[in-house]
Amino acid sequence: MTAAARARERAAGAKKLRQFITPEGVDLELKIASSSMRLGALLIDAGLIIVTLILFTLLMIWTGIASRSSVVISIWMLGAFVLRNFWFIGFELGQRAATPGKRMMGIRVVARDGGRLTADAVVARNLIRELEVFLPLTMLGLGAAEDMVSGWTILAGVAWSLTLSLFLLFNRDRMRMGDLIAGTWVVMAQRAKLDSDIAASGETAGTLRFTDAELSVYGIFELQELERVLRGRDARAMREVADAIRVKIGRPVAEEDESFLLSYYPQLKARLERKLLFGKRREDKYASD
Amino acid sequence: MIPPPPAATTAAGPSFSTSHFRAEREADWIAFDELLTKLERRGATALSSEELLELPVLYRATLSSLSIARATSLDRALLDHLEALSMRGYFLVYGVRETRLNRLRRFFLYDWPAAVRAVWKETLIIALIMLLGVMTSWSLVAHNPEWFYNFVPAELAGGRDPRASAEYLQSTLGHGKAAGDEETSGLHVFATYLFTHNSRVSIMSFALGFAFGVPTMMLEYYQGISLGAMMALFASKGLGFDFGGWLFIHGTTELFAAVLSGAAGLRIGAAVVFPGARSRLQAASDAGRTAGKVMVGVIIMLLVAGILEGFGRQLITDTALRYGIGTVMLLLWLGYYYVSRREDAT
Repeated sequence: MTAAARARERAAGAKKLRQFITPEGVDLELKIASSSMRLGALLIDAGLIIVTLILFTLLMIWTGIASRSSVVISIWMLGAFVLRNFWFIGFELGQRAATPGKRMMGIRVVARDGGRLTADAVVARNLIRELEVFLPLTMLGLGAAEDMVSGWTILAGVAWSLTLSLFLLFNRDRMRMGDLIAGTWVVMAQRAKLDSDIAASGETAGTLRFTDAELSVYGIFELQELERVLRGRDARAMREVADAIRVKIGRPVAEEDESFLLSYYPQLKARLERKLLFGKRREDKYASD
Repeated sequence: MIPPPPAATTAAGPSFSTSHFRAEREADWIAFDELLTKLERRGATALSSEELLELPVLYRATLSSLSIARATSLDRALLDHLEALSMRGYFLVYGVRETRLNRLRRFFLYDWPAAVRAVWKETLIIALIMLLGVMTSWSLVAHNPEWFYNFVPAELAGGRDPRASAEYLQSTLGHGKAAGDEETSGLHVFATYLFTHNSRVSIMSFALGFAFGVPTMMLEYYQGISLGAMMALFASKGLGFDFGGWLFIHGTTELFAAVLSGAAGLRIGAAVVFPGARSRLQAASDAGRTAGKVMVGVIIMLLVAGILEGFGRQLITDTALRYGIGTVMLLLWLGYYYVSRREDAT
């Protein structure tokens, strides 16, 4: 991959970052959730709703047979109504501002202006969902059920309703119609476990010493890639990376890949961090040292 | 300081190192994480007062750690963890400023009526449109009953069409007490069906609002049309007064809710078309929040209407009393929404 391609890729990633400054003056750098994440969350929620509905229906059938009362039908209709309309609203009003589907995908709803997420915004964004999700389905259902609507009318209806549903693909911030109207965003809220510091453990394990010239070939991007590989603990990836580094700095294959990398990583990190303290941030190996 | 010492001496370490930094602060992060998990699981009541006092302190400590780590550390895992932790903390610390009970109280006392008052222009327009629909279909059906079939779908009519006898129509109004238990339970299901149907129509007419409000107005007009056709039908059999009572007991609430949902939709449409001095995005989100409050109210109103329809109408068969309850409900809603109150300024 060329330097230009890398820069482009990183710029594309950075475009999804949005400034979000807390009252303490720290930028939290929210990352907009991708459309595939959103779709995944929606599908999970839809699945859960259907499963709940089936269980609820079975329960109601059982109660209906036992009690022989038609009140059960009313309860079933009300329950289905509540489930359909308040699943999203109920969960998004909670502390984590996310439905089970969103939680699984690691995303959450946030007010665009940085304020708190109000109930009216949650209600507005989810009532619009009725239009975005159910309208295309209703159009299809209508077409299947009634002969008087011609094929082209159905197609036009579905196409029209799909432009509403797919609205989020056409703007940078991946806002649905509902997000637009409620003034909200959906952002990444992945939890990251506090992993151990490889450098701290590596310092004792690594016996190898590298010269300054050997350490000066890489920048921050390469360091963090190396960190990812070390945390991944995949033997093949480690072999490839270790070989690439050996070729680059001209070292023979003399030791285990892992112990080689475990001694290279802390020294490279210490060097780059020291430079950072002096105000020099070397983004990648193409930047000047 | 002396320029970079040889790498071999790093094991001895400079006086500041990121591993020292981490060792020093890690306990705070873990404590904060535990506190947040507890807060998320069981809410603020689960925390003791010491823990509550500790929360903002740990939050600020974590944010400061994040700032330092961003400037000094290159450990991606550490940065990711601190970013995620700070974000979680931010939304929990700043998320809720008042108790749930307080929020509910404020919603019912101020926010809901204020939102309804804010859309008064739209409410009037939608009410007029609906009235227009009623008058259109009334005059058409009164002249030629055949029109009825064009206006009211069969499943909504439930046999109440121009071919039905006056006795049958009378019985659907709940006057024929002779109708057995079976009959009333059938009506019960019918009422629930109507409630969910009406709510769906209301939500639809709200959601369609952003298409410049045009579909919303059409939907409300259509609602008026089916209502007018029904009224004309009953009036033609001399049951107009009774049907009025049958409709009035829950209709004042239900139709008011339908009008408000249309008004909420129209508000959004109007904000998108005429944003005024604000940006279109800002105008849409302002309108959306007002409309969202109105819609919460609409759903509550429809629930009340459903209860009135499902129970009130079954138990109360006296037409005058039905009119009375309907009027009282209408006055209650009007008074609740439009009589101004003192603390509104907040």
